[in-house]
Formats: sequence, C-alpha cells, structure tokens
Amino acid sequence: MSVTREEVAKIASLARIKMGDAELDTMVPELNNILEWVEQLGEVDCSGVEPMTAVIPNSLRLRDDVVDAIPETGGGRREDVLANAPAAEHGFFGVPKVIE
Amino acid sequence: MTELTNLGVKAIRDGVAGGDFTAREVAEAFNAAVAEAAELNAFIVTTPDHALAAADATDAKRAKGEDLGTMGGVPIGMKDLFATRGVQTTAASHILEGFTPEYESTVSQNLWDAGAGMLGKLNLDQFAMGSSNETSYFGNVASPWKKQGTNAAMSPGGSSGGSSSAVAARIAPAATGTDTGGSIRQPAAFTGICGIKPTYGRCSRWGVVAFASSLDQAGPMARSVEDCAIMLEAMAGFDPKDATSLKMEVPAWEAGLSADLKGKTIGIPKEYRMDGTDEEILKSWEQGKEWLRDAGAEIVDISLPHTKYALPAYYIVAPAEASSNLARYDGVRYGLRDLPDGAGLQDMYAATRAAGFGDEVKRRILIGTYVLSAGFYDAYYTQAQKIRTLVAQDYEQAWGECDAILAPTTPTASFPLGSLDKDPLTMYLNDVYAVPASLAGLPAMSVPAMLNGEGLPLGLQIVGKPFDEQGVLNAGLAIQQRAGFEAQPEKWW
Repeated sequence: MSVTREEVAKIASLARIKMGDAELDTMVPELNNILEWVEQLGEVDCSGVEPMTAVIPNSLRLRDDVVDAIPETGGGRREDVLANAPAAEHGFFGVPKVIE
Repeated sequence: MTELTNLGVKAIRDGVAGGDFTAREVAEAFNAAVAEAAELNAFIVTTPDHALAAADATDAKRAKGEDLGTMGGVPIGMKDLFATRGVQTTAASHILEGFTPEYESTVSQNLWDAGAGMLGKLNLDQFAMGSSNETSYFGNVASPWKKQGTNAAMSPGGSSGGSSSAVAARIAPAATGTDTGGSIRQPAAFTGICGIKPTYGRCSRWGVVAFASSLDQAGPMARSVEDCAIMLEAMAGFDPKDATSLKMEVPAWEAGLSADLKGKTIGIPKEYRMDGTDEEILKSWEQGKEWLRDAGAEIVDISLPHTKYALPAYYIVAPAEASSNLARYDGVRYGLRDLPDGAGLQDMYAATRAAGFGDEVKRRILIGTYVLSAGFYDAYYTQAQKIRTLVAQDYEQAWGECDAILAPTTPTASFPLGSLDKDPLTMYLNDVYAVPASLAGLPAMSVPAMLNGEGLPLGLQIVGKPFDEQGVLNAGLAIQQRAGFEAQPEKWW
C-alpha cells in the first residue's frame, strides 16, 4: 500500500499539523518508504494469534474511593494547572473564539 | 587526591560516607566539568545550584550522623524527558520550550530522596524519537569519542544521547535514560558505558513525557554494572500514580551482585546473525560467549523466529501510541502557542503543532495517525500487535532453554553526525537488536566489550526474563570483569 499526496495532506489535517507544499513533497516518499518496509508484516500468518494488549501481566488497581486520594492528581490545583498555559484568563484556559 | 570527576556512583557515595571528601567538593568538581564541556551540547540547562543544595544537605546529614541514602552525595544528569519541579522540561522540543513543571516525576523524586543531586537537564532526541541525537530542537549532541585519525563529530546514539555523552565524558558520574526501543542501550553501546532498561513497570512513568506508553521505561546509565544496580534500585518502585506500575518489592540488586554464573544457561539467538552485521560486532559477540563460559555459564543456541519482524512492528506500534500521546500539545494548556492573525481554534492547533514539532516527530505522528485510521487499523495496527504477541512468545519459549540471552547491542559502532540523517529507514535499523526485548517488556542491558579497529566502543547486550534484572546485572558483571574495558575518550572539549 502506498499513500498519495492528497492522502498525506488528509492525514496531516487529521493530526492537526499544518503542512505546506514543500513539506508534503518530502513527506510523501518518506512515508511510502516506511510503509513499503512494514508491508513485510503481512507475510506472517497470524491466524489465531491474539493482539497484545499488556506486555507484562498486571492487574488494574482501584484507588481508594475518597476525594483527592492522591493529592498530586486530585483537585484543588487550579493555579498549578494554569501555571504554564500560554493564555490563562480569569482562572481558565483562554482560546480563540469558537462560536460565531 | 584522586580526580573526583573520574569516580562513579559507588566510589562517590562510599567516599562521602567515609569522609574522604565532602559531597560539596564532588558537586563543585562536576559543576566545573559541566561548565567546561559546552561543546558536547549534552545539557539543555544546567542546574549547579540544585547539585550544590543536595550536596550540602548530604554533608549536613553526615555531620549529624544520619543515614545519607543509597545515592548520598552523588550528582547526576537528568534526561530532559523527566518533569522536574521549577526546572524547564522540554523533551528537546520547541513546543515545550519554557515549560516549567509544577510537579516532580516519581523517578527523579526517588533519586533526590536517595540523596542524589542534579547537575542539569540532558539533551536527547526530540520526544525521544531518534537514534543519533540529531532531532533535538536544541542542537546535536556530540559523543566525546572520535574515530581514530579523524576529527568528525560522532553520534552519542539516541535517544538518551546527552546522558551517554555526559557519562562517557566524565562530566556526570551517572545519568537517567529512558528506553522505548533501545534508547538506553544503543547510546550506552556507542559511548562505552553501561545502561539497563528494567522490566516494563519497574520504574514509574509518572512525570515522564510520554512517547509510546506500552514501551517506555526509565533506567540508569553509568560507567559500571555496580553503579547501574545502585541507581536502578533508587529509581524503581511501585507508584500508585502510574496504572502500569508493578506492585512488587524492589530487590536488593546491589547486594545481590555476583559474577559467578555456574548453573546458568545463556542463549545465543541464531536470528541475530543478520546480513550486513559488522564483522567486528560478530567478533565481540564471540568474545562475549567466551567470557560468560569462563564465568561458569553454559552457552546454548536458541531461536527467536520472529526477530526480523520486531522492528517493522515497532514502527507501527510506537508511532501509533505517539500520535495519540502527542495530541495533548495543542497550544492551550502548556508550551508553545502559534495564533496566526484571525485564526480560529483549529487553525491555532495546526499552526502550533507545525511550528512546535520537528520533522522526525511529525513523520511519526503522521505514520501513527495513518495506521490508526479507519480502513487501515486492522491491516497495520492489529497485525503489528499480533506480531508483538509472537515476539513475546518467542522469548517465553526461549526461557525453557536458557536463563538469559546474549546478543550485540547494535549492528555497527557509532557513526559521524550527519551521515545517516537523510534516510529515516537506515536510522531505524540501528535498533534492530534492541527493539525485540522492548516489545516483550523484558529487562535488557548493554555493557562495553571492547574498542573496534577505529577506536570506537562496542557493546554487548544481555536480555533477561521478566523481573530478573538481577540475572541481567550478574551476567553484565561477569562480562565487565573479563572485558576490563578501561578506555576513555581523549578530552577535546
């Protein structure tokens, strides 16, 4: 399988990365080289093989059912959360106008 | 007095505890060495005050007769992929330039709790994507090593290239690394140092900038197996903040070190003898077998039949996870925002990500987006995850016949910066020997074996059973004792 320039432009748009003509020109053959190389995986008979979901056997834990059980990942940290925002306003993340 | 910057983790810790020198003297010596080595470009930011403060705390504890911790008085380099409170954390990207975390990663906190201090944040391939340290927004890192008779800057490997360069140049006694598909082991091999990636889940990923979450593992890089054991013990441990963290005691790896391999069986995978592998690499592998046999191990041939499919499967799985993980860089919550005049929200996302990500990162996000997209998901992503199962099953079979596996770490020695960066695929092949263990989540280590004919270091890799870091370290120690690798790069910086 290979990708066309239009398909790469579509993927870039899905990934929310703006790409100009020159960048698309270099990206198309590079992606096709990589995709051509991974094609070899198709040679392997995988019938009856389960796709891996967890690499080391481990059970998912439940945390204690209390508020802010782990303070670092709990609530009440608005200032910390906003500290690195490019445009924090009135205690919220600022973004360009979304609704016309 | 011995040159303090020639000392490793154990020698510094024991020397400080024994009163041979103070932790402050050590921190000052390394701070000065770091300041002199700007040409290596190993650090993105230096933090001499952090190192001094930790040293003073250690010296004060010693004066009071308190426990100094297992890393007491040891200043280290921190790969700039670990969030450090109040210190810029960039993943070597423009999109995170200026990001100053309000929190500390679990692994770095564990190290500070053990008495270590920080010399600075180490350069790396952008978002840990690369094998040569040529994708950093903050410039290439140079290896302290040179090919005999040439003056070209050589690659320190990647992605933990700032770490490997700093430790090999003796401007840090040890450094943290992270390994997604070889990013600790390959740079360790290129620079003649040791590095171990533990079993997936041993070290918490909390506060580590995510690349491919099912593969990412932190580990130590240092100049001896003993130093790696000490530092890994400090870094590892259960963390409720990481859902994939292993709820297991951290073994006493340092105390358990033994180079006596009697009764152990080491497997040699026949599929690792690939076309195009450097003759000297194959020679070092043969030598490694001899060393392990001399240490009492039995050497057996084994088969890992799906080896050749591991790397292409990795280049589907890792970019797929990366495309999802890196969706968080949107110009809203942290880091760069590029807001063209009159742009809406969607335009802002696209402009920010175009300006903030480097070419290799964009390439991998696009591949990941493509293999996860409707219509291609099963053909690429599901197939790769099935191959991953087969690669892991190969190892499970092998453990019926051996206790650990010996292989080369890399197919070649280091190469000059700029010599491979035109072709992404050739660059990817650097990790052909390292990736299979990553896909299976296994502990794996690189130790220096010898210099090649051009004066460049070659590494040997040991892969172990899940949770058997001890077996890996012990085989590494057996090689270290027999290889007697004492070579040092000549100082040119």
